[in-house]
Amino acid sequence: MSVAFSLPDARWRAAEIAFWIATGLVFFVFPSHLVLASQVLITGLFAVSLDLVLGYAGIVSLGHAAMFGTGAYVAGILARNGWGEPLSGLFAAGLAAAAVAFVTSFLALRGEDLTRLMVTLGISLLLYEAANQAGVWTGGVDGLSDMQVRDLFGVFPFDIRGRTAYLYTLAVVFLVFCAARRVVHSPFGLSLRGIRESPRRMAAIGSPVQRRLVVVYTLAGAMAGIAGALLAQTTQFVGLEVLGFSRSADLLIMLVLGGAGWLYGGLVGAALFLVAQSLLSRLNPVYWEFWLGLLIVLVVLLARGGINGALTRVSARLGLARRQA
Amino acid sequence: MLSALPGVLFDGVAYGSLLFLISIGLSVTLGLMNFINLAHGAFAMVGGYACVVATLRYGLPFGVALVVAFAVAAIAGGVLERVLYRRLYGRSPLDQVLFTIGLTFMSIAAATWVFGSGQQPVRLPDTLLGQTRILGVDVGIYRLFLIAIVFALASGLALLVTRTRFGARIRASVDDARTAAGLGIDVERVFSVTFTLGSGLAGLGGALGIDVLGLDPTFPLKYMVYFLLVVVVGGAGTIVGTLCAAMVLGIFDVAGKYYVPWAGAFVIYALMVALLLLFPRGLLRRIR
Repeated sequence: MSVAFSLPDARWRAAEIAFWIATGLVFFVFPSHLVLASQVLITGLFAVSLDLVLGYAGIVSLGHAAMFGTGAYVAGILARNGWGEPLSGLFAAGLAAAAVAFVTSFLALRGEDLTRLMVTLGISLLLYEAANQAGVWTGGVDGLSDMQVRDLFGVFPFDIRGRTAYLYTLAVVFLVFCAARRVVHSPFGLSLRGIRESPRRMAAIGSPVQRRLVVVYTLAGAMAGIAGALLAQTTQFVGLEVLGFSRSADLLIMLVLGGAGWLYGGLVGAALFLVAQSLLSRLNPVYWEFWLGLLIVLVVLLARGGINGALTRVSARLGLARRQA
Repeated sequence: MLSALPGVLFDGVAYGSLLFLISIGLSVTLGLMNFINLAHGAFAMVGGYACVVATLRYGLPFGVALVVAFAVAAIAGGVLERVLYRRLYGRSPLDQVLFTIGLTFMSIAAATWVFGSGQQPVRLPDTLLGQTRILGVDVGIYRLFLIAIVFALASGLALLVTRTRFGARIRASVDDARTAAGLGIDVERVFSVTFTLGSGLAGLGGALGIDVLGLDPTFPLKYMVYFLLVVVVGGAGTIVGTLCAAMVLGIFDVAGKYYVPWAGAFVIYALMVALLLLFPRGLLRRIR
């Protein structure tokens, strides 16, 4: 096989291995911040799922929370009605979210960017209203509580300090991430990038563009649903905001902060976003919103490609300087 | 049920005319530069707060406060266009969406900081309060006033666009910005002026709408969907299309809340998805 057509290099790099070892070390280094750390991993997984859709396939979406919220509510409702086994709950939530993604993909994938943004936004708002109205099942505005999540493997109870929750979350997030990594390094992932760059040419060389997009949207939906289910099981609470507009908007912001199109961008962006939020909103929640807004404006104006893009540019400039010197 | 229909229709038209007033600027800027401005509602909010400050703090009459609201929002829009928006033309929709979400968040935080998070009161002049009877239907005088103002403004805008030289430049730029520029039209200037005018109209709408839509710092997010919807359904860059879409949405929203209150905002969102899928390029484009 010639070099030009070879698949992307799928070997694990040292930096990646170090990254995942570091997430494991968090358990020992920050034992009192495990709840926040779990939130970061869950939101990171959610962002990775958006990265598949946006960063790789180029589908813009303002309503990715639709699948996250579906997963959260399915896991929550199961756990509330006597099915508290976490792993099967996770599986059911992923399946339900994938179903929602599959059905809505036929609506969301039509039209151009502006239509897509509006349709995805509309779908998530519809689900929000549906959850709001179905108060018998979802608890409506008050949220869904009184969940009975059983011990993991029947052995490890979910403790108040979030130790089990963190390890459980880390394991699930890592496994799903590996799956996503496998997908983007496959021929299928390569064809997605082709579609992002030019759907017409991909169609011309015989790639089933629409089917590929439906598949990746459904896959990403399942991942988002698993992330939502993790949130429901580890916090034992589901509020209406899991389907809200700001969840989708914040997610986009995180992904752009971390840089779209390299999978780790979602995790890095979520970590930066949530840590900054927890530090700054301790001062004043209103100020946090202001600084967040300013940050996005600056990122869009100055640092295209997010942190990763900025680092690449800086290193490119340094490399250039070295060559000249 | 049916006996309430004329009243519901009337309230729907009043609501729709507000939506039109606020959205028309967004429609023209989207049509002109393909710029997705999610922060458009923030200009309406600026107008609303300007009106509140003018009437309650400085005791100006309501009519003068409306002019102040228009002016403040127009200046804010004009300055932001010059300083920030201009850099984003031609960038990807995603960049534009993110950028304007950022602006929206900042405006919400700033409004909370200055005015607090509560609903703002508005004091309408006595002559606009109360009800009157037209053709056997009880209608609020203020809503009648709203409809009258908006229809006057809409006719004015239609005249501006169809009968003046400047209007011809706008139409040419919306149709094809590159060709228009090639013919010597200063498209950037046309855009600046329409952006300023559109922001001013949004501000006016925000001020007029305090009594109907309410006014608090979450205003830009709460009504964002409505404004976008009017524009996308109406087809970007057309006055008649925007007016039709605003009326349809206004009437459906009010009727939905009246006849099927349990469905909440469901009606409007379902309508949005359905209309977008049926008319991806706007209501009028399809008819044409």
